[in-house]
Amino acid sequence: MTAVTTRSEQTAPTADGYTVVKAKHPGRWLAAAVIVVIAGLLARSVMTNPNFGWDVVGLYLRDVSIGRGILVTLGLTAVSMAIGIVLGVVFAVMRLSVNPVVRSAAFAYVNFFRGTPVLVQLLFWFNLAALYPVITLGIPGVELDANQLITPMTAAILGLGLNQGAYMSEIVRAGILSVDHGQTEAAEALGITRMQTMRRVVLPQAMRVIIPPTGNETIGMLKTTALVSVISVPELLYSAQIIYARTFETVPLLIVASLWYLLITSILTIGQYYLERRFARGNQRNLPPTPLQQLKRFFATHDALSLKGTKK
Amino acid sequence: MTVTHGVEPMVKADAICKNFGSNQVLKGIDLHVQPGEVVCLIGPSGSGKSTFLRCINHLETVDGGRMWVNGKIVGYDLKGSKLYEQSHNDICRSRTEVGMVFQQFNLFPHMTVMENLIEAPRLVRKEKKATAMARAMSLLEKVGLAEKADAYPRQLSGGQQQRVAIARALCMEPQLMLFDEPTSALDPELVGEVLKVMKDLANSGMTMVVVTHEMHFARDVADRVVFMADGYVVEQGPAREVITNPQNERTKAFLASVLSEPAAA
Repeated sequence: MTAVTTRSEQTAPTADGYTVVKAKHPGRWLAAAVIVVIAGLLARSVMTNPNFGWDVVGLYLRDVSIGRGILVTLGLTAVSMAIGIVLGVVFAVMRLSVNPVVRSAAFAYVNFFRGTPVLVQLLFWFNLAALYPVITLGIPGVELDANQLITPMTAAILGLGLNQGAYMSEIVRAGILSVDHGQTEAAEALGITRMQTMRRVVLPQAMRVIIPPTGNETIGMLKTTALVSVISVPELLYSAQIIYARTFETVPLLIVASLWYLLITSILTIGQYYLERRFARGNQRNLPPTPLQQLKRFFATHDALSLKGTKK
Repeated sequence: MTVTHGVEPMVKADAICKNFGSNQVLKGIDLHVQPGEVVCLIGPSGSGKSTFLRCINHLETVDGGRMWVNGKIVGYDLKGSKLYEQSHNDICRSRTEVGMVFQQFNLFPHMTVMENLIEAPRLVRKEKKATAMARAMSLLEKVGLAEKADAYPRQLSGGQQQRVAIARALCMEPQLMLFDEPTSALDPELVGEVLKVMKDLANSGMTMVVVTHEMHFARDVADRVVFMADGYVVEQGPAREVITNPQNERTKAFLASVLSEPAAA
């Protein structure tokens, strides 16, 4: 039907002579109005309160040491997640082993690293030298000085990576269990061994279940890296802390760090969103609309405001 | 029993028992299948047909009795008078002589039809890609799906998927084919195309053990029909004889209910 150019709540009569009156949604409009007012008040407060120090924020947003901190944060996130994913697959496969000792070992690992706070684990790794001043790994001739070996950076990677491995193993395990048992049976009947079946048949299909929560974990990891500031790894938060320890501009620098965290997690969220859509393909008949499509649909249905009138 | 002496049977089941917990599913099954023979297992659901079939290629371990396939005891190595339990990899190797087709097709959904076919030859027999692909292509032609080589299983109808599954099993060049209700998950109009492929296979001399509810297929294609109920072999004999003129009361009752079905539908 052609567009009506005047503001109208009624469509032109349909072919069979009826006039269709669209449903009104006063509740929706009220809720939206309340939220807009609250948001406006909040925005005014943020802009008028001088303690936010927006000029200082602007000054430090592109500071060189903040930039270096961002790189450390990104690097730490990537390395820790990589370790976490590898360990996760290994321990997930171990959890599903037929050997009860192997199974229990994997369970103990997951239980220990999930059951203690990651901050405590980081401090443990950082203070490893107090526990084992000389690391021999049980091999004769190997004598490593723990104080030199365990830098803040290695402690951070060990702490975050091992902790992440425990969480990832649960995600991978759920993914493996989601694959139909008939797949394993078909592979077995063809003479394919268990390890080959896992690698070629089960894991590729488990990815659909593994990928979305892994995206979540990556975003979580980005923020968790802020914890390693306590063992003085010069990541984003620690870089901000160093500056405000000197200038006492605490709030503006925390805002700088927060803005950067927010920006990076937002980018990761968008990436995750489209990654999930990709892996849902072929499995769902109708993909949920993207936010852009949702917005378009909102204005298409709530056309009381639209001067273009009704489509359809 | 229909043992022809002198020829080593392809399958020799000797008093096979199988329990699931306290539930005794197989209560001593004796069955011999000769090379080139087509045997259909029929019977009411829960009678143990599928379980017995799965015992033949060791997807289920037997709790009693011995299963011999192609002259070797399934799951064990016989040395002198001792039976050594086989390792998982040895079991896998011996399975390559036995192809299996499942009710739910169980094709690998993340691989194309061609990849489904050449996966096992490549992984298990370490074949060159070209060799495996050439054989796979000729098998796809046999099941009438050569043009679907690059399609994914999801893009195929149920009947086409099952024909691919048959070709996949044949690609390992097995000496024995097991079919576990191959047409039960199919829409009625797709059953025919799968049965035709199976019939061609039977005519080519393949040894087949088929669990099926398709009585016309059993009557026309099978050499022998075995009727199972409650974990026992109740009646067996030449296919046409058993189906058209059953002797046992249970067989009569079962066939009467199954054969009246098309009229009701």
